[in-house]
Amino acid sequence: MLQASPSPTSSLAARRPGARLAWIGQGFLLLLAAVVLYILITNFLKDPPLFIQVVLSGLQLGFVYALVALGYTMVYGIVRLINFAHGDVFMVGAFVSFYAVTRFQLHAWPAAVFPGLPAGWVVVIGSLTVVLLSMIVCMSMAVTIERVAYKPLRDAPRIAALITAIGVSFFLEFFGALYFVFSPRFIPYQRPFEVVTWYIKDGIHLVQVGQAPPPGSITFSNIFLIIVVASVLVRVVLQFLVRRTKIGKAMRATSFDKPTSRLMGINVDGVISVTFAVGAAFAGMGGVLYAIAYPSIWTQLGILPGLKAFVAAVLGGIGSIPGAFVGALIMGQAEALTMGYISTPMRDAVAFTILIVVLLVKPTGLFGEAAGEKA
Amino acid sequence: MELGFLILSIVKIVAILAYLYGLFWAMGHQNKIVKVAGIVIAFALIQLALTVKFGETQILNDFDRGLVFQACTMTMVALGLNLIYGFNGQFSLAQWGFYGIGAYTAADITYRWNVRDARGLLVAGIGVILGGLMILAVSRLVRRYKGMPVLSQFTLYLISCVLAGAIAVYIGNAINPALVPLFGTPDAPGILASPAVLQVVFLLAVLIAGAFAAEVSFLFGLPVLTLGSDYFGIATLGFAIVVQTLMVNTDTILPFPEMKGGRGMIGIPKLTTWFWAFLFLIIIIVVMRNLIYSSTGRAIMSVREDETAAKAMGIDVAFYKLFAFVVGSLFAGIGGGVYAHYIGFLSPGTFDFLVGFNPLIIVVFGGLGSMTGTIAASFGWIFFLEGLLRVLLSQLGTEAPTWRYVLYPIALLLLMLLRPQGLLGNVEWGFLKRPVAALQAKAAGR
Amino acid sequence: MIATANTTPIPAQAPEPVLEIHGLTKVFGGLRAVSNFDLTVRRGALDGLIGPNGAGKTTVFNMISGLYTPTSGDIYFYGENLVGMEPHEITQLGIGRTFQNIRLFPNLTVLTNVLVAYHPHAGYGLLDGLVRSRRFDVKEREMIERARDFLAIFGLERYQDELAKNLPYGEQRRVEIARALASEPKLLLLDEPAAGMNPAEIGRLMEYIHFIRDRFNLTILLIEHQMRLVMNICEQITVMDFGEVIARGTPAEVQNDVRVIEAYLGRGAAARQGVSM
Repeated sequence: MLQASPSPTSSLAARRPGARLAWIGQGFLLLLAAVVLYILITNFLKDPPLFIQVVLSGLQLGFVYALVALGYTMVYGIVRLINFAHGDVFMVGAFVSFYAVTRFQLHAWPAAVFPGLPAGWVVVIGSLTVVLLSMIVCMSMAVTIERVAYKPLRDAPRIAALITAIGVSFFLEFFGALYFVFSPRFIPYQRPFEVVTWYIKDGIHLVQVGQAPPPGSITFSNIFLIIVVASVLVRVVLQFLVRRTKIGKAMRATSFDKPTSRLMGINVDGVISVTFAVGAAFAGMGGVLYAIAYPSIWTQLGILPGLKAFVAAVLGGIGSIPGAFVGALIMGQAEALTMGYISTPMRDAVAFTILIVVLLVKPTGLFGEAAGEKA
Repeated sequence: MELGFLILSIVKIVAILAYLYGLFWAMGHQNKIVKVAGIVIAFALIQLALTVKFGETQILNDFDRGLVFQACTMTMVALGLNLIYGFNGQFSLAQWGFYGIGAYTAADITYRWNVRDARGLLVAGIGVILGGLMILAVSRLVRRYKGMPVLSQFTLYLISCVLAGAIAVYIGNAINPALVPLFGTPDAPGILASPAVLQVVFLLAVLIAGAFAAEVSFLFGLPVLTLGSDYFGIATLGFAIVVQTLMVNTDTILPFPEMKGGRGMIGIPKLTTWFWAFLFLIIIIVVMRNLIYSSTGRAIMSVREDETAAKAMGIDVAFYKLFAFVVGSLFAGIGGGVYAHYIGFLSPGTFDFLVGFNPLIIVVFGGLGSMTGTIAASFGWIFFLEGLLRVLLSQLGTEAPTWRYVLYPIALLLLMLLRPQGLLGNVEWGFLKRPVAALQAKAAGR
Repeated sequence: MIATANTTPIPAQAPEPVLEIHGLTKVFGGLRAVSNFDLTVRRGALDGLIGPNGAGKTTVFNMISGLYTPTSGDIYFYGENLVGMEPHEITQLGIGRTFQNIRLFPNLTVLTNVLVAYHPHAGYGLLDGLVRSRRFDVKEREMIERARDFLAIFGLERYQDELAKNLPYGEQRRVEIARALASEPKLLLLDEPAAGMNPAEIGRLMEYIHFIRDRFNLTILLIEHQMRLVMNICEQITVMDFGEVIARGTPAEVQNDVRVIEAYLGRGAAARQGVSM
């Protein structure tokens, strides 16, 4: 190891082929997988309802990650930039909805304008307005960031753009932490609607306020349902946008080859802006849903979900929309199961371990297409 | 008043830059006497400034003293990162994690020693040596096969290192009872409790900390360096986050109750004197410079320039990536050891991955691939920011630290837009210059 | 080192084969970039590999130099199978190469570019470098002088302290060839050395290639599009199309081969898509 000059070439000939020893690494991975499976199965057999409960919480987390991961995968697919600030856009989405709800009572506007409206409609329309507002604010912010910070560096080395992205991320986090902006503290979040919880045990029943669900039952809430529906909806809309519309075609062309797309008359800068905007809109929606599900917000709340969403996007194969979705669900499960059965603090460690293992086994991610080799 | 302070801190920065320039000029001098005298004078200057008093005021007061040490350790970390990123082109965010590993390792050794427990030194020392030998042995074995999959190599290294660790723990626990009587009692200190022995233990602790960080980086880097650059960046960020998570849980997940988890480790003996900090700093600078201006250094740089072409030139790209990563981490680990014994208190908050962007920013500010830039930027950065912080504190009160973090991303953005090659670009001073000129002169004089 | 290369006279009849390729195949996804490729290059030869765009020529080079792993097939270099070896090991065995799109180390000086190629033969270890031992001083100076003399052979010594990226295009090509030679190859692979050159420059390049072959006792295999260059200097030519060998022989034989004419003119190379070589 300490010798800089390698061994003489004559010894190269005598070596045995190392590919035969692949079983060592494979065995190690299998052992790892077996341990994980063992933990999962024993825990499942010990208490099946609890296990399903953990899986459900993982699903909820996974679907939120999916919303963020979509933005990452789109932006990376087109400009090959890890947009570190994406997680902070997510955070801003949560804060915008917080102010809209607690300061301005925006979620109650239909009741004020149309006094006769049924309460159910008021909640639905009001909440949608809040989400929409967050999405719009995030969109305009992301487009501004792109124009001010990333666009001037488009021809610079990629690392310059990456460092800039880290800078933007820092700026948002600490600017937000100033007292006159958001605040450096954890803030309790007020939901725009009430939480309704059901439990499953011999059919689905409503959990009455002030009552605990019976032991051995599985509970889920309307928040869970909303997150799943929103996430699936976004997935469908995005698939339509990318596959069926003109702008989607332009996006695919731009991600494939920028100079040629420009020659073909595509407004590449415009396409990139739209990509940032769409990604940020979903992140904003994710931020609101995340805050509703885990109602305590602060300015660094976006960092870890953002990173994990990126990991999810890489896991699924960066640039692939179904990949980001599946990757996010896997991340959610991994995190929930780790929290449930191994140890809460290790949830981040598990996320990154999965990333490293998957990239080593399949460097393009689960759904990624092999990048063209160049020499 | 505040403005005066800001001006004063700028004056200090200029003085420090002049100091560094002089130091490197002397170190690069042909004459051996000038060389040695320069280093001694450079050491003595700060030592005097730290001790001599003019009436009430000291040239470098306790606050400045802290900054000097902080700048020294930051230089070690940033130089290591510059080797990994600036010279070898691997975008790593794990450097701060290795710094933390070094700090906790070294701190644990001397802390335990102070409470009459030699196991810290024994286990860590034996473990590091055995681990290193195991790695060497396995690398011999791996080389006898052509094209062994990285995952298999990693598995072998991992097993051997875990084995080394287990043996070290066993041996450490076996030997320790024999040593405990030598510590004596608090009233009648034995030979091992003497200050001189403690100094030696401190020196060993810092070296072990560096070696341990290097071995961890070897195990981590081996599989992860095969990933593409962006993925490598994310994986290293993940590493930094995991290390911090472990620090918060040293007393729950890890079996080190004396580190006290998130509450922070207190009671680390403050053994770092200016002599030690200066010594380690100079050694690291010399090692780095000698490494860069050798055939190995050229191989490392060729990897940054074009991996494919480097392969076609017979450079073992995977090896040199790993090599630069391990040496960079070694510097960070040593820096961590020095830091822990200067500050006397370690908290996981210090090793938060957000703070870990500081060395990256310093390296970028100073100029990628410029040693002078990194060193100057480390000192300048620490002094300027602390000066700025004071000014802000007087104006804004408790919000000042936040404002500092608001201002430096802006500085970073402006730098990226206006001068992406860094403030000093490719400038090198004196000793840190490419020594080809000297060789040329010798060749011509023959 | 350079002067001590093999100086035994080449036997008159059929020198030993340097490179033997059998049944080489490379599949990218569903695309057979190279299929069942055979080639033998004998010592001292100057052979050409030609074919339309996307025929798989550069893929063959990348497999020989270890950058790609063949899907199947064997590559023997002086009787040793290269398949499964790392690129740097193959280079150290004695195969040097250049690239179609020049790949110098742009931010290093021309001298350093050459010194990097000497690295496997540096003659001192890492520790020598760290403590600046006597051996380091001697070997390093020797190496720098050798690199300088080496650049002087090619008339590049005035550029030695320039950054490689600041050189004019034609000079960059020559530096790249010089750098490949500095790695002390027995077999040199040149990937489109004449790309982007005008006729006068191509004339000089042809002399240059002859010169380095004789000076360094090399065996050369080159890929080229410029028919004039190939037909003038190559002894044996292998023609590829769609990843397969369609003809092989002396320049005269190849020029009159129907399938070669068809490949170049009949179906047109421009219609080809897929992997760009």
